[in-house]
Amino acid sequence: MRRSMLFIPGNTPNLVVNSPYLGADAIIFDLEDAVSPGEKDAARILVRNTLRYLDLGGQETIVRINAIDTDYWQKDVEEMVAQGPDLLMLPKSSRPEDVRTVDEAITRAEERAGARRRIRLMPLIETALGVENAYAVATASPRVAALFLGAEDLTADLRCQRTKEGREIEYARTRLVTAARAADIDVYDTPFTDVNDDEGAWRDVETARALGFTGKASISPRHIQAINTVFSPSQEEVDYAYEVMEAIRMAKEQGRGAIALRGKMIDAPIVARARRTLEMAREIGMERSEA
Amino acid sequence: MAEIVRKAAAGTLESSDVYVEIAPGEAGIDLELESVVKEQFGQAIEQVVRQVLQEQGVTCARIRLVDRGALDCVIRARVETAIVRGGE
Repeated sequence: MRRSMLFIPGNTPNLVVNSPYLGADAIIFDLEDAVSPGEKDAARILVRNTLRYLDLGGQETIVRINAIDTDYWQKDVEEMVAQGPDLLMLPKSSRPEDVRTVDEAITRAEERAGARRRIRLMPLIETALGVENAYAVATASPRVAALFLGAEDLTADLRCQRTKEGREIEYARTRLVTAARAADIDVYDTPFTDVNDDEGAWRDVETARALGFTGKASISPRHIQAINTVFSPSQEEVDYAYEVMEAIRMAKEQGRGAIALRGKMIDAPIVARARRTLEMAREIGMERSEA
Repeated sequence: MAEIVRKAAAGTLESSDVYVEIAPGEAGIDLELESVVKEQFGQAIEQVVRQVLQEQGVTCARIRLVDRGALDCVIRARVETAIVRGGE
């Protein structure tokens, strides 16, 4: 289960070594924007040694490598793959070819390293072209596990202001959710960047959930609780999911095809949703409330 | 074998980091360590540093470290970065 992803600047030891204790479901070690050109080598070496020698307690790890129009990305792939993070995040994924280029580099690196498990990819969609190509990017490689929207670079590319309300990214958000769901993969919303505005952060997280995102990234540990809370099922949702599964079981026992619950027909999508809710509830230790 | 041909540095003086300076040496490894936890962990830190130097094939260098409570993975990373920057 991955609701929250926390960005950790790749060259900041204090944050890197404390990253497992900040409450996020996944951590993103950033080798890209958070690292100045003169420190790219140091960040890459620090993240590599961290993945290799630090006990991260089984936490999911993602490394944001540098974009494929830089001189850094190939070395990033080579060195990270050998240490087996769960995913690599590819910034400025605008075309399916970008993803395939990195996919091939990962395959070569995995072969050289004798990697036992397959590293997955999370393309970061942050250009107008990337938004328009979202489905093609999502289906460019079987490694692609999720799409991730990056609104800061995107709004620069769209030549509009980035606002807290986010009207300027409405289209990109719904487009990415639709593309990712059509490709049957996860989809993550852009971080809310005002780390001192807690109310704004909650609103933004709620918007993301209402639109269908799987979860959201954050640049600050302060917003992780909001993300984990909003992207977890509520007690009412968990209780309802139990009722749905019970109604299904009873209908089967009685040999009935169609069933209703609370005056509403229970169809396949409702059952699928109930299953997902219960799966998530189990993972976070939620149970049915006392009747 | 990696040869240190120029003076180079890596890391910072921030908490949990270690600042490492490396320079060409005359004979063997000349190691100088300053650390807030030198009494408790000085020997262990030195051991990590010597291990990285050995892994990287550095047999002759002057190396100075100012430790701010860095964990082993950070010490390893900063020493390796200094070697890369100071090597050929």
